[in-house]
Amino acid sequence: MAKMTLDELRSLRDSKKKEMTQRDGDKNAQIVIGMGTCGIAAGAKEAFDAFLDELEKHNVNDTRITQTGCMGLCFSEPTVEVAVPGMPRVIYGNVDPDVARRIVNEHIIGKSLVSDHIFDKPAQDIIDGGLNNHGI
Amino acid sequence: MAFKNYILVCAGTACESSKGVALYEALEKELKAQGVETEAQLVKTGCFGFCEQGPIVKILPDESFYVKVGPEHAKQIVAEHIIKGRQVKELLYDKNQASGTSSANIDFYQKQQRIVLRNCGVINPEYIDEYIARDGYAALEKVIFDMTPDQVIQELKDAGLRGRGGAGFPTGMKWSFTKDAPGDQKYVVCNADEGDPGAYMDRSTCEGDPHSVLEAMTIAGHTVGANQGFIYIRAEYPLAIERLENAIAQAREYGLLGENILGSDFSFDIELRLGAGAFVCGEETALLASIEGKRGMPIPRPPFPAVKGLWGKPTVINNVETWANIPMIILKGSKWFNSIGTETSKGTKVFALTGKINNSGLIEVPMGTTLREIIYDIGGGIKGGKKFKAAQTGGPSGGVITADYLDTPIDYESLMSIGSMMGSGGMIVMDEDDCMIDVTKFYLEFTVDESCGKCAPCRIGGRTNYNILDKISKGQGEMEDLDKLKELAQAMRKASLCGLGQTAPNPIMSTINYFEEEYLEHINDKKCRAGKCKDLMSYTIDAEKCIGCTACARVCPVGCISGEVKSPHIIDQEQCIKCGQCFEKCKFDAILKG
Repeated sequence: MAKMTLDELRSLRDSKKKEMTQRDGDKNAQIVIGMGTCGIAAGAKEAFDAFLDELEKHNVNDTRITQTGCMGLCFSEPTVEVAVPGMPRVIYGNVDPDVARRIVNEHIIGKSLVSDHIFDKPAQDIIDGGLNNHGI
Repeated sequence: MAFKNYILVCAGTACESSKGVALYEALEKELKAQGVETEAQLVKTGCFGFCEQGPIVKILPDESFYVKVGPEHAKQIVAEHIIKGRQVKELLYDKNQASGTSSANIDFYQKQQRIVLRNCGVINPEYIDEYIARDGYAALEKVIFDMTPDQVIQELKDAGLRGRGGAGFPTGMKWSFTKDAPGDQKYVVCNADEGDPGAYMDRSTCEGDPHSVLEAMTIAGHTVGANQGFIYIRAEYPLAIERLENAIAQAREYGLLGENILGSDFSFDIELRLGAGAFVCGEETALLASIEGKRGMPIPRPPFPAVKGLWGKPTVINNVETWANIPMIILKGSKWFNSIGTETSKGTKVFALTGKINNSGLIEVPMGTTLREIIYDIGGGIKGGKKFKAAQTGGPSGGVITADYLDTPIDYESLMSIGSMMGSGGMIVMDEDDCMIDVTKFYLEFTVDESCGKCAPCRIGGRTNYNILDKISKGQGEMEDLDKLKELAQAMRKASLCGLGQTAPNPIMSTINYFEEEYLEHINDKKCRAGKCKDLMSYTIDAEKCIGCTACARVCPVGCISGEVKSPHIIDQEQCIKCGQCFEKCKFDAILKG
């Protein structure tokens, strides 16, 4: 790169910052993708890519994506657990890339559940009580 | 391109020497071999600080903190963690705590606050873009385009930043002297000559975040009106040199060093100057002489370098750690900075915690943190559950802090008042097995070796004091030796030309002050309670405990242990060289030391 002007330095900083936010620990929401052998075989990697891509597209920086092993729900793989502060923790099943994008748009950004893919939903009283009372 | 995982591999000197390079290469190879090189990015970072557990590998985004990782683990990490997303449990720092493994949950980091080390272990120091992404060079922007030099100096004064090289001189004031000194040529110098035994904070900062030093020096150049900077670093820090050189080249390429920085009319460049590793060259006037190509010997001050420094021109000279604070103060403001620390000592201090401590490593704590918090909360206590005896701070220029002062807040004034000093930040922890006379002898030997020899008090005083200590450690000391030590120490303090000689007697004064009874024991009772002074101790065999297994006799290198199988053995005191191998070998505690 040639010598930079002030504006060029600032725009480089902005773009690099975005790239690096993935690495920062300071996240609010969490998406955990089951990546056991079953998850990977069912397409968890593609879902992962879709999550990453969609979050980046919408400039969502406060969500952390982590992978985990098999959640035990192999029949509904890829399974994804989503925890957004102030919302019940939900496990989604059969999350293909399209569903992944919907989760980002509806759940993470829109703060509403993607009902048709909820595999495991907490009991109603937990939803009513919110996260604070139950420590989940 | 975003990656699913980031594998942060510590590439500080400590981890590099403990197989870090091989580990990095093994990971690189495995990522390729298992076909996932596009899914995970390998990042070489600076020191994570937790050297005791190195090499360390941190995996993002889930912040798995793997310790003592070797090249042989690369395959497993890639196969399990990167491909399947399962943590490799046996490598985790806290094996019982699968989910809470991020560094934020590790006790070692709990009481730390990282300003100087903000980027160490976080960014790839070989890649300027990562520094820029972490607000790098934003302080420089602010200084060039939005602040006057006087505002910058005022900000540093308000922040209360004091030199981290040891003496603690207010940085803002130093800069203002150089700014106001007449002269069209001025210089900026970074003192990266780190010579204290047990200290490595400056090296780690240069290795882990070289750009923070470059940015700060450039800010100083703009503030005082200098166009040239020098980093004086010892040649035995090859990795730090390599990273600094690489950083300078990248900054030049981006136009952050060189002519017309960021399109302004300000020009500034930085060059490295390698020192041969002489302790006296950490003294600023000797350092400047060395940069000029002369022999590194100090000259009397005043005039101070701020007014008459490199080639007789006004020169700002600061330590690496001082420099690394500056971009953060400019960006976050003086109020933020001086809210951290104590009344007279603001900000944080980096310590290289070494010695008989469980978690040795690089730590950064707010000023005012107590020694107890450092040793027990961060350092995890004394190795082997032994008793804390003393901590040596400030290297050869400092002194010891004893158990009575564990709750003293660490700041410039408190340390001075108990006869030690901040110094550059080496902190060596000692337990009951350490002999204070032995330790003092070690420091004296170091300063005697490192004295440039220019002034008699340092050259002759140091050697004489060393000889007296040596005599005491051999059980030949007399009571008047104590007075001689003190008298000579006073003379050296008053009459030596530079800091080396003036502070060389500090370990003596401090240990006599706090451990006089040990000196007396050596002199009067010819006894060394720690069993360190060879001439004052002997190994004997307890005939009741000895079962005659012959293990000691077999390991003895001089064959001075004799006895029949299954009956008690005897050590021939005349021949014994006190190597202690029999003591180590005996399984029945039958060998007595004392």
